[in-house]
Amino acid sequence: MARETLEAAPAVNPTYYLVEEDEHHAASGGGTLLGFWIYLMSDALIFATLFATYGVVSGNFAGGPSPREIFELPLVALNTAMLLFSSITFGMGMIDMESGRTRATLGWLAVTALFGFAFISIELYEFASLIAEGATPQRSAFLSGFFTLVGTHGLHVTFGLIWIAVMMVQIGQRGLIPENRRRLICLGMFWHLLDVVWIGVFTFVYLLGVLR
Amino acid sequence: MHEQTFWTMLFGRLSWESIPLHEPILLGTFIVVVLLGLGILAAVTRYRLWGWLWHEWLTSVDHKKIGIMYMILGIIMLLRGFADALMMRAQQAIAFGGAEGYLPAHHYDQIFTAHGTIMIFFVAIPLIVGLVNFVMPLQIGARDVAFPFLNNLSFWLTVAGAVLVMISLFVGEFSRGGWLNYVPVANIQNSPDTGPDYYLWALQIAGVGTTLSAINMVTTIIKMRAPGMTMMKMPVFCWTALCSNVLAIAIFPVLTGAFALLMLDRYVGMNFFTNDLGGNPMMYWNLVWIWGHPEVYVLVLPAFGIFSEITSTFSGKRLFGYSSMVYATVVITILSYLVWLHHFFTMGSGASVNSFFGIATMVISIPTGAKIFNWLFTMYRGRIRFELPMMWVVAFMLTFVVGGMTGVLLAVPPADFVLHNSLFLVAHFHNVIIGGVVFGLFAGMVYWFPKAFGFKLDPFWGKISFWGWVIGYWVAWTPIYVVGLMGTTRRVRHFDDPSLQIWFVIAGIGALIILVGILAFVIQIAVSIRNREALRDTTGDPWDGRTLEWSTTSPPPPYNFAFTPRVHDLDAWYDMKALGHAPPAEGFRPIHMPRNTGAGVIISALALVLGFAMIWYIWWLAALSFVALLVYSIAHTFNYDRDYYVPAEEVARIEGARTAPGAA
Repeated sequence: MARETLEAAPAVNPTYYLVEEDEHHAASGGGTLLGFWIYLMSDALIFATLFATYGVVSGNFAGGPSPREIFELPLVALNTAMLLFSSITFGMGMIDMESGRTRATLGWLAVTALFGFAFISIELYEFASLIAEGATPQRSAFLSGFFTLVGTHGLHVTFGLIWIAVMMVQIGQRGLIPENRRRLICLGMFWHLLDVVWIGVFTFVYLLGVLR
Repeated sequence: MHEQTFWTMLFGRLSWESIPLHEPILLGTFIVVVLLGLGILAAVTRYRLWGWLWHEWLTSVDHKKIGIMYMILGIIMLLRGFADALMMRAQQAIAFGGAEGYLPAHHYDQIFTAHGTIMIFFVAIPLIVGLVNFVMPLQIGARDVAFPFLNNLSFWLTVAGAVLVMISLFVGEFSRGGWLNYVPVANIQNSPDTGPDYYLWALQIAGVGTTLSAINMVTTIIKMRAPGMTMMKMPVFCWTALCSNVLAIAIFPVLTGAFALLMLDRYVGMNFFTNDLGGNPMMYWNLVWIWGHPEVYVLVLPAFGIFSEITSTFSGKRLFGYSSMVYATVVITILSYLVWLHHFFTMGSGASVNSFFGIATMVISIPTGAKIFNWLFTMYRGRIRFELPMMWVVAFMLTFVVGGMTGVLLAVPPADFVLHNSLFLVAHFHNVIIGGVVFGLFAGMVYWFPKAFGFKLDPFWGKISFWGWVIGYWVAWTPIYVVGLMGTTRRVRHFDDPSLQIWFVIAGIGALIILVGILAFVIQIAVSIRNREALRDTTGDPWDGRTLEWSTTSPPPPYNFAFTPRVHDLDAWYDMKALGHAPPAEGFRPIHMPRNTGAGVIISALALVLGFAMIWYIWWLAALSFVALLVYSIAHTFNYDRDYYVPAEEVARIEGARTAPGAA
């Protein structure tokens, strides 16, 4: 808006300095969200690297087990449900944040963390049983790629859980002040990105792995 | 036996044997470094500067001070990297026939690895990031960057990486795998020592810093431009900074990923890049070069921006073809992501794939050529002032064009099969990096130095430095082109054919001439500080500049601009000078500024300890520092008091002092 009126202004006697209140720089809150988006894209590129690597080595079994032999789709489907539910509950929390309901926001965050925790637990169970069967990350390039891709996602979820815990303490201390709202929005973007990445993992690693 | 396991638990694989007491060169260097360091520490204590250093510099979130600290880091590391270069040149000049030279093979291999790693990651990147940090916010009329604390953290993470590389000189070994730490040499089977681990941890830590810095700069350019500065009214340097940082965001995660996979191979025994159990070493080459080729443009695009600013200023003309310059920059940014495979045409990916990457590589020369013509046409019929920055521009154009042409030559796959891994290639990339990036950095440092410190650099020593670099470059690298074309390969410590020796002797002489250029640069800074009153610039605009950084005083106040400038045209400051501008002398308002914080230093120090502990397998320390890192970072987020207002009276006082007659 302001920019357009500026361009239409005549070039004669232009003003060269802003003497009024400096809204332009004060309103840098939008900068955080943009910056966080860009960070998420760089994180997505790390996952892209891991996906590409997995794509290259996914057939290199080196005489070891193949996806069809080791993946248990029902377990993975349950896990996927956990993560997807956690995204829904986070969204509910954001709705409550918008209406300024602190306790409800905290409640939904706790439910989200619970689903996230369930996801991590099931994943660790899956990893443990794979390793017990001899399908260790060292066994073949395929298993190295699998454990690294899925494990990196799991690490992200773990850090997300720590972040949720910290966020709950901070909201408890200070309420839904603008800084905390901004942080919650960033946390939400992070959490949903992990969902998106998981959809990719579920499809390309598990479903296609069993189909092949 | 029991005692042994105790020591292993306590110190990992670190022992007295890790300290190279038996190598006189390293021991001598170590003693000199320790003495120098102790001297500096003593001086800081003697003059009671610790408090000033900590509060004014180390914890500063001011983009100008962070920029200057990046430059200091880059210059210090340049001295280290260049010492490596001189050692290699000396070795290759004497190691012929029966003579073995003075460097054993495992030491020589570490030197060429360290030289490349340091020069790219800890010289070129800090210098470029430093210039962008200092100049870009001033050029867009902003008061700081979007994330001031992150900026400080990014800097200190880069320092932590540099410190790890320096430690590797005296404690243990550095990688012998070439500047990208190539597998299979860097695999655990072939390098069970600490070398590749030093490399990986140093670059992972510094790489996080570079990525965060790039995110910061892009957000700043997009969100914080002065009102009226549309994208197409932004100075070209800011455009190149934007493209360079977008590129950095697009490539550094890939490098981080590749290094993480190699770490998993080395530490956990996975099989990504091994030769058996399904691993594939060429995957590492692909990943690191997906980073590596665009990285060249991350470095050279801002240099192009510097040349654009200087050409326009010293020709007294608006830049010729501004929009074509912008489009050329964007096109180079995109194309640079599509050419990585030309670094290993010999991999055997087939004629079609090689043709695609060969042609894509050649296409890059078109926008780059357009830029050269734009600079020439800017100079055409301009009133050119041949001061030091402009001399660097001309030297760049003459030198870089040759490097560009040998690059196109190497892009032809059949020619590359002959020249792959030859010294011709080595001469080519030194031609573009010295002729493009280094000359650009020197041009930029001479050009913006008076803005940063309020006085110009001494032109006499500057010219000696200039001629040392330019003549030295040609004397050093022309013979390398020649022997490379004849088939001499790179990374060789000893030659059998004595007829080649003369070329390496000439190259060594060239390196010594470059040494004169580097020493003259250091002397130039010292002489300029001594004669600062004679070189003082009170106007804030010593070169008759055209962009907004010259509209404020030198050095700029912490908040850069008391009143945010309004932009109406490209070359905003030229526009303001031409149409008459009057900065308001009253009506100052409180200015919102970020607070300094020591968190960046502390987090980086913890990251350094974590890296060191992981390199030496000191697991308890690694776990401890990781937990400390996590806890401290979380605790930092509980600090909500991160900014303050400079009161209006304070702004009025600073502005009054700066604009008063006779004020420095």
